[in-house]
Amino acid sequence: MVNAFAAPMGLVAELTHRCPLQCPYCANPVDLHRASAELDTATWRRVLQEAAELGVLQLHFTGGEPTARKDLVELVAAAAGFGLYSNLITSAVRLDETLLGRLVQAGLDHVQISFQDTEAANADRIGGFPGGHARKLIAARAVRRAGLALTVNFVVHRQNLVRVPAMLDLAEELGAGRVEIAHVQYHGWALPNRDALLPGRTELDAATEAVEAARVRFKGRLSVDYVVPDYYAARPKACMGGWARRFITITPAGQALPCHVAESLPGMVFPSVRDHSLAAIWRESPAFVRFRGTDWMPEPCQSCDRREIDWGGCRCQAFALTGDASRTDPACEKSPDHAVMMAAVARQSAEPPDFVYRRYGAAAETAG
Amino acid sequence: MTGESVIPVFGTGVKFRFDTVRSAWVVLAPERLFLPDEQAVEILKLVDGTRSLGGMIDVLAERFAAPRATIADDVTAMLRDLGDKGVVRW
Repeated sequence: MVNAFAAPMGLVAELTHRCPLQCPYCANPVDLHRASAELDTATWRRVLQEAAELGVLQLHFTGGEPTARKDLVELVAAAAGFGLYSNLITSAVRLDETLLGRLVQAGLDHVQISFQDTEAANADRIGGFPGGHARKLIAARAVRRAGLALTVNFVVHRQNLVRVPAMLDLAEELGAGRVEIAHVQYHGWALPNRDALLPGRTELDAATEAVEAARVRFKGRLSVDYVVPDYYAARPKACMGGWARRFITITPAGQALPCHVAESLPGMVFPSVRDHSLAAIWRESPAFVRFRGTDWMPEPCQSCDRREIDWGGCRCQAFALTGDASRTDPACEKSPDHAVMMAAVARQSAEPPDFVYRRYGAAAETAG
Repeated sequence: MTGESVIPVFGTGVKFRFDTVRSAWVVLAPERLFLPDEQAVEILKLVDGTRSLGGMIDVLAERFAAPRATIADDVTAMLRDLGDKGVVRW
């Protein structure tokens, strides 16, 4: 059953790129889609039905900010009707009791709320949304009162990493069943902000230690997912569990991607759900087949005994750092390009530079 | 887990259902997914919010015509493991 053509497990539905927050590490592409380019409700319904028929089990509504879509409740209800487990990944600054009640009624299973820090002033500065942190706290408590499972997500970096212990405590206090402490991945908006975000080794080790201790303390009631920073890793992550092995991402405009950053890869044509069925895209589209399995791999991956564990790491990171998407992920210490990561770590300044905030047109202003 | 009178229930946000595409039982949890083995499936089918651990052991000991003590050890170990993963609680 588990082979190159096994059914996908998850569908990541990026409903919109619109978002009230402007986090400088956003994984969305720097060229954001406008609202007018978004898929309509009927097309999303069809995609959800095709996903369920193809074997998708879990659906992740995300964005941008998925609550910016007026038809979110309708799409959650459609997903429940097709038997999909649905997860809402939200900034929660607009998630009030009324909307939550409607989402529960529609069959939502789980909510993930992103926090930018535990200190309100710094959280609001990072997200670029005054008052946002306070709203998130209110929304998180409302999620638990509504009886829904809650995940609390913290993206961590040099400007908040010292508060990882406080983040873990906050997750517990809010009644979360799961907490993610995720180091920034340097894609999308995060790459131009890398010097402002990449932590030092000492701070990183302290954070990792706090996570390990919390895992023991929370066992069985609060699970801790920890995403380590590639820049200090010896081995790459099995990005998305391997290219086109487990997940399909649909962008707001309807492109189907093997991962949410894949649009950054030049020369690849990603099929649109406006023109093709999800099954055809999954099984046959050249973009999905391109890096699936192990045949495409260069050395040192091809002869590595971890090739079906790491799956060559991340294609988008390989491209972003080497200019060639088919090379071994430079996060791997066996990669001939591993030195580019060491160089970024070595270049760190004492004080972080200013953020480039995520907003329409902002990258062009600074790309110069 | 203390004693056979505890009543296991699914964790918040956990769903246990049959997937017709894979012809297999699956456990769906917040951003996690488990494909339980046959033994775990038989145990999870008995988690209904009213049946105690002891009641589950009774059912399985009879069904598999096995010594009750053996079944009790297996079921308790399996539930503890599922509990650590947040799939069930009591």
